[in-house]
Amino acid sequence: MSEAAAGTVRRRRPPATTAGGRLTRVSGLGLGVAMLWFSLLVLIPLAAVVATAVAGGWDGFWRAVTNDQTAAAIQLTVGTALLVTVVNVVMGTLIAWVLVRDRFAGQRALEVLIDVPFALPTIVAGLVLLSLYGPDSPLGLDVANSRAAVFLAFLFVTLPFVVRTVQPVLAELDREVEEAAASLGASRFTTFRRIILPALAPAIAAGAALSFARGVSEYGSLVLLSGNLPMQTEVTSVRILSSIENDNLDNAAAVATVLLAISFAVIVALDVIQRRVGRRG
Amino acid sequence: MSIEITGVTKRFGDFVALEDVSVSIPSGQLTALLGPSGGGKSTLLRIIAGLEYADAGTVGIEGLDATHLPARKRGVGFVFQHYAAFKHLSVRRNIAFGLEIRKRPKDEIRHRVDELLALVHLEQFAERLPAQLSGGQRQRMALARALAVEPKVLLLDEPFGALDAKVRKELREWLRRLHDEVHVTTVFVTHDQEEALEVADEIVVINEGRVEQIGSPDQLYDEPANDFVMRFLGPVTQLGDLLVRPHDVTLTTGADDPDAVAGRVARVVRVGFEVRVEVSTGEQVVLATMTRTEFLRLGVDAGTTVSVRVVPGAPVVPVSGSSVRSGLEVPAR
Repeated sequence: MSEAAAGTVRRRRPPATTAGGRLTRVSGLGLGVAMLWFSLLVLIPLAAVVATAVAGGWDGFWRAVTNDQTAAAIQLTVGTALLVTVVNVVMGTLIAWVLVRDRFAGQRALEVLIDVPFALPTIVAGLVLLSLYGPDSPLGLDVANSRAAVFLAFLFVTLPFVVRTVQPVLAELDREVEEAAASLGASRFTTFRRIILPALAPAIAAGAALSFARGVSEYGSLVLLSGNLPMQTEVTSVRILSSIENDNLDNAAAVATVLLAISFAVIVALDVIQRRVGRRG
Repeated sequence: MSIEITGVTKRFGDFVALEDVSVSIPSGQLTALLGPSGGGKSTLLRIIAGLEYADAGTVGIEGLDATHLPARKRGVGFVFQHYAAFKHLSVRRNIAFGLEIRKRPKDEIRHRVDELLALVHLEQFAERLPAQLSGGQRQRMALARALAVEPKVLLLDEPFGALDAKVRKELREWLRRLHDEVHVTTVFVTHDQEEALEVADEIVVINEGRVEQIGSPDQLYDEPANDFVMRFLGPVTQLGDLLVRPHDVTLTTGADDPDAVAGRVARVVRVGFEVRVEVSTGEQVVLATMTRTEFLRLGVDAGTTVSVRVVPGAPVVPVSGSSVRSGLEVPAR
């Protein structure tokens, strides 16, 4: 512990540059490989999507995304993904807390079960949801062909993200810090809000970003249960697919570009929030 | 009495950490809980702080029964071995934490924190994060943080244990001076007998969950209650069935003292100003330490025959007994 503490004094090593500010040969090579890899896998495909979207001119792009049916799909997808992310931030943190701080029978089992939504092929998840919450629901809960179905499917597939990002950070937290806060007069709630939460903020934000991204892109788990009703339960991924099936590639690319921009904005926003919380205390 | 501990017992599963411990800690003093690792001294400190609860017994702080009070209501400051710094807060905000949650006015907090920063000599580090401080600085910050809320008692759990030897020595001298300035009742846990002897007004020796002896550093050193205390407070050697400090063993040559034990010098080791002479008396090896000057005056070397005896009046303790035996009972010249 003392060594770890001493190690954090100079946690940020200076970047591997020479006196002139140029990269050394090894770090230059590393950066080159990373950029090439990143470009091939991310930047070029994304640029292609954006290029296709604007190929038909600004008017074409604007018409594509303001089309009533498309706009409704974007609204539903993004709105539901945001809502699900908020729920996950709360529930995921709570589940992580229980897994780390409590000892109970079946803990190991729960530990494994958390990952099931992650491991299950999404179409199988869709089948499971359909049989549980569809017209023949043994629970008497029929949410098929409703917006609740979309919400439920998102919730199911995004469950592990916040749990899995928060859990290791929580496990590594120094319990003495909480005891110090208590001896200074802080209640459990104050300690959580001012000491624990700032430490967890980066992990929660990372989990939230993953959860949102997964929600926005979800397809398999909801197609069966939601019914894909235009203007009602149709999500963007379904909308994009139908555009492609109708040979309207520009339209699909336009929607994809909008999603890209929104996802980017959300990730940046999460980072800003995380930094605020982390510094506030 | 500031802290009154009566009949405290604490178990962790099968392990008995404290067994029927009763200690009274006087107001305004610096008291050390001294003992080997795992002896229960930290557990006792944590029970005083309310970070653990006793299975039996009571804890009184400043005349108030605190046995069942949660930590945050006890009015104790606690300093941890590993600092327990709030990593995301600056030094200033760390120190201000206790005052901020008490919703004190901003001006008052600023003023008080400035005072404390000066007290612990961290003025120029106020806006740094704990990660940018050295261990000693972090511990001083933790101390200021604990003092900020004006605790009734200040508890320190091996406060210098994670620091290197030089910083540790500086900090304990500094703690002593600080205590002379602030006068808050202070209890600190240590396994370093030198630290306790140097800093504390009173020492409570704890071993295997029991109190072995309570007394001033002088009392403990000069009148150890039993062989454990004797052994723990400094080096010992054995002469016959008595434990004695090596510097209380004298060697003479030639004289036929009827009370002395005859022996032969087995080994001579010089460490700086000190000379350690091992004397074999046949059945055991006795260690005598002396200054270099004394050693040269004695003029012995390996193989020399000498008489070994204990300095009259020196503290001795029977090896496996637990009663005190006055030094005067040692055969006098």
